[in-house]
Amino acid sequence: MFDLANPKKFMDFSARLMPWLAGLAALTLGTGLYLALFVAPPDYQQGESVRIMYVHVPAATLSMAVYAFMALASALALIMKHPLADMAAKATAPIGAGFTFLALVTGSLWGKPMWGTWWVWDARLTSELVLLFLYLGYMAIWQAVEDPIKAARAAAVVALVGVVNLPVIKFSVDWWNTLHQPASLMRVDGPAIHPSMLWPLLVMFAAYGLFFAAVLIVRMRMEILKRRARSLQLAQARARA
Amino acid sequence: MIEFLNMGGYGAYVWPSYALTALILGVVAYESWRSYRAAQNQVRALEKRQADEGRRR
Amino acid sequence: MRGWMGMFLIQLRRDLTLAARLGGGGLLAVAFFVVLVTLVPFGVGAEPALLSKLAIGMIWVGVVLSTLLSLDRLFQADYEDGSLDLIYLSPQPLGLLVLAKCAAYWITTALPLIVVAPLLGVLLNLPAENYGFLVLSLLVGTPALSLVGAVGAALTVGLRRGSLLLSLLVLPLCVPTLIFGAAAAGGHLNNFYLLGAVSLVFLVVSPIASSAALKLNLG
Repeated sequence: MFDLANPKKFMDFSARLMPWLAGLAALTLGTGLYLALFVAPPDYQQGESVRIMYVHVPAATLSMAVYAFMALASALALIMKHPLADMAAKATAPIGAGFTFLALVTGSLWGKPMWGTWWVWDARLTSELVLLFLYLGYMAIWQAVEDPIKAARAAAVVALVGVVNLPVIKFSVDWWNTLHQPASLMRVDGPAIHPSMLWPLLVMFAAYGLFFAAVLIVRMRMEILKRRARSLQLAQARARA
Repeated sequence: MIEFLNMGGYGAYVWPSYALTALILGVVAYESWRSYRAAQNQVRALEKRQADEGRRR
Repeated sequence: MRGWMGMFLIQLRRDLTLAARLGGGGLLAVAFFVVLVTLVPFGVGAEPALLSKLAIGMIWVGVVLSTLLSLDRLFQADYEDGSLDLIYLSPQPLGLLVLAKCAAYWITTALPLIVVAPLLGVLLNLPAENYGFLVLSLLVGTPALSLVGAVGAALTVGLRRGSLLLSLLVLPLCVPTLIFGAAAAGGHLNNFYLLGAVSLVFLVVSPIASSAALKLNLG
């Protein structure tokens, strides 16, 4: 596994892995969507609107997990100074931001029939919104710093400061929510979930995870190629001069 | 069929959710693949140019 | 060699002297704060009951924004004239400089804001029992704002359009401070502990993160 830290070996390995992973992700996503739309029963309280859960909950969970993954890669990048870890972190951000945005919008679409408004300052939605800002800040620092090595380090610092803050933000938002809105909202995913709903949900979780892995590999390969192109351009400019 | 599309009255919320999921996952996947291919082509072109210039010298 | 405390005090005195000679920064933030809060009634109407409900929130949001206003200059002057490089090369840890800078910034910028906050409370019809809590919550909470802002300032020190990026990076991290601060000012006393805890967390995180960010910009 450690051998993969070598970019050349990573390219060889990922080239073989990529089509399988993409195929598996598509297959699982297809199965999950089928189960969610046709097999899973309607909820006795929420009716058919519960089907939004299958696309919303995995997005919300993954959005946080993906941020943790990004911070882990950033920590590895800072400690081991390995370019592949930087690329993994950079490649992660747009996917995580996508999940976060998805969680926000589907949460809002689920909230309208359940709560009667498009947006409530529910603790989970609010944390998700702050998480989106963290992703945007992370991507902005990559954009703003021109030198790629400096940008990687700065972005790693941003990711780590963000991950230290994330639990504090989550706790404070929960706290604020209980302070301002005494539990009038219905819980959207109770602890006891019937197996007939659990299975489709787990398949969707797997599908989102595989989607993340597949896109991550493509984006990491893209980053390696971009770096290769950059060094080739520099070499050619130098040869011409 | 109509009943399925209606989603027990929640069709206006369920279908946009699924459509948006498809759209966003699609956009992320497509954009990643497109820029991956672009980078691949760029590297190929640069490598070819390097080989050409090497031969000329 | 002097102890770290001595180094900290020297750095702090230097920054305070510079701020006193140059002037401006802190007062500008105060002026911004006053104008910002004055705009609120024009937006929401001047009904006293409504204003007194909004007062704490507006003052706290105003303090957060005003604190961020001149943060982009925190390390800029020292970065441009090269004294940051000198400190980096000296045996003194960079985190100590960060703490001294934050302390100086807090004294020159946050403290004046805290002084005028009760006056703005009068304009917004703040209930009488909240003045003490408001000032106390600001005293406990604003160090967290300066500290977290320092991370953003260190990250964006060499950048051309750094101040916009700084806001995007720092504002989301101010959420816990704002929540606990406003709740504490509202008289929910156990929020003072949480607010203090947030300040302490940033007291640890900020010197580490800021010096890492400064190093990469200097190296």
